[in-house]
Amino acid sequence: MEKPLKPFKAFSMHVDLDAFIPATEEDKKYMVQMRPSSTFFRDGMKRLLKNRVATVSLIIIILITLSALFIPLFWPYGYDQQLGLQPGKPVDPSYGNLKPFCYGKTEQERMEAGEKIFPHIFGTDDRGRDYFIRVVYGTRISLAVGFFASIIVLIIGMTIGSIAGYCGGAVDLVIMRIVDIIYSLPDMLMVILLASVLKKALGNSLDGTVLEKIGSNIISLFIVFGVLYWVSMSRLIRGQILSLKEQEYVLASRAAGAKGGWIIRKHLLPNSISVIIISTALQIPSAIFTESYLSFLGLGVNAPMPSLGSLASDALNGMSTYPYRMIIPAVVISLIVLSMNLFGDGLRDAFDPKLRN
Amino acid sequence: MNSKTLFYILKRILLAILTVWIVITVTFFVMHAVPGGPFMSEKAITASAQKALEAKYGLDKPLLEQYGTYLKDIVTKFDFGPSLKQRGRVVVDIIMDGMKTSVKLGVIAAVIAGVLGIVLGAVAALRRNKLIDKIIMVVTTAFVSMPSFIIGSLLLVIFTIQVPIFPANGALKGGLVLPIITLSLYPMAYITRLTRSSMLDVLGQDYIRTAKAKGVSGPKIIFGHALKNSLIPVITYFGPMLAYIVTGSLVVERIFAVPGIGKAFVKSITDRDYPMIMGTTIILAILIVIMNLVSDILYKIVDPRINLE
Repeated sequence: MEKPLKPFKAFSMHVDLDAFIPATEEDKKYMVQMRPSSTFFRDGMKRLLKNRVATVSLIIIILITLSALFIPLFWPYGYDQQLGLQPGKPVDPSYGNLKPFCYGKTEQERMEAGEKIFPHIFGTDDRGRDYFIRVVYGTRISLAVGFFASIIVLIIGMTIGSIAGYCGGAVDLVIMRIVDIIYSLPDMLMVILLASVLKKALGNSLDGTVLEKIGSNIISLFIVFGVLYWVSMSRLIRGQILSLKEQEYVLASRAAGAKGGWIIRKHLLPNSISVIIISTALQIPSAIFTESYLSFLGLGVNAPMPSLGSLASDALNGMSTYPYRMIIPAVVISLIVLSMNLFGDGLRDAFDPKLRN
Repeated sequence: MNSKTLFYILKRILLAILTVWIVITVTFFVMHAVPGGPFMSEKAITASAQKALEAKYGLDKPLLEQYGTYLKDIVTKFDFGPSLKQRGRVVVDIIMDGMKTSVKLGVIAAVIAGVLGIVLGAVAALRRNKLIDKIIMVVTTAFVSMPSFIIGSLLLVIFTIQVPIFPANGALKGGLVLPIITLSLYPMAYITRLTRSSMLDVLGQDYIRTAKAKGVSGPKIIFGHALKNSLIPVITYFGPMLAYIVTGSLVVERIFAVPGIGKAFVKSITDRDYPMIMGTTIILAILIVIMNLVSDILYKIVDPRINLE
């Protein structure tokens, strides 16, 4: 309950003792801000969920990821299992090139006997492998490549970018010249070059490891991402750090005796986290693009492991008879890239304070 | 043009030369990391034949000397050595053969992408939030998300098998239509989005309002003021667009069987024709670097206020 000041007393030098009476509980309540404060993250999430396009994209991404992860666990067929191939018998040709929801000869016999056979939703390919599970595995590979390639880019780009931005001077100059040069290299050609050589150069050194199944081409893709693609990420982070390091809290931290690495980790990177997340999210579809492109040229995953690109590439031969074998991986890959791009855009709109209206 | 711009151009040219040199060096040493070296075929040959071959291609010399010769041949004679799989032909001849078709393909695709992209982008910006803008944005978003091999394969199914209008073989008459469409869709969509957003930016500027207040007619504002200024960011896309067309032509030429440099390159990869891979990589890289250089310099000349550092 504020007391109105007496008209002339406001300008008088006399101290009004009333002003020094302790505040009542009621007064205190009045002063407290009623709304709970919202964090930056919660604010962004609210804006993100309001964006319908981004939300739908996120749901699609989650659905595709979950099915790529869990469908192989219970699916009765394997991605490299040739259904017409029974031990000790000649290959049953009736399993090759099945149309969707058709069955092989022995399967039909078993069905007539009353057995239930799991349907081949997308039919089978020319070697009698269930096409649905191959698409699922292909999606798995594409997603994994996109994800890991982005992580590699993130780690390298973040480290080098923050060092260049924080240290400045000669260190910054040297790193940025290297970045300029790498930036002007034609990346796709370098990927093709390395992929075409690494297979032979690595030879059998991958045998017996986990990496054997995905093959040397994907390893070379990772290497190229690690060597070439970090530059745009590091440029971005350097710019952020350059503007952030002039802030007072950095000065305060340094005055309190904090070392460079600590300041980068505790102050500078957390404050540029939105830029980091957004550009990583947008890096994933570009990596998936690259992988499918390489697989299409025959420089992708090792057979029999499928990827969406290699499935599309294989389908090119039987194009006139089995166009759906081309269209299915094409739709999946476009859906993944499209929804990731739209989600990344939504993320940027929601979290980048500079673009906020 | 002031001295600062000149200095910038000079610096950019030096960087481009450095880049080309690095591409050549990386290509050379990466190829020589292959066991047996790039000039060795996988067939087993006798020791004496191997010796003779090594002597012929200079492979018995130390690696650095070979590198020096390779670099010297490129700089002085533009010679990338003989092809391994196509006996009696040198790499440059094979590449130049393919170039004729590929350049035609790429240039037409680039022109179509540029013209259509700018027109569509301008239309979308001028009709902002109207139906036509929404249609253009949805379609371009879809095209930007589809890899070129998927667009190409779908076009192949639709227009050569379902509705046979065009031949599936790119070497035949009219066979280049589908590859050109395939190659131009992605850059067209990209340019449309670029033009739209920069046009919207320009339309909100004060000088447009001034022109309107002075009573300048609508078309004159659009063509004389808005469009001209909103095309500046589009110039920067020329370099990346060429890089896209070059790499995109690899798959497009494979899908449509176009006898161009892309098809030759892909074939050399599957054949492990290393000198051919090296030569094609370097020549394509030089092309891309030059195009990036030109678009950067143009950008700087058109708008000297821009600080590209």
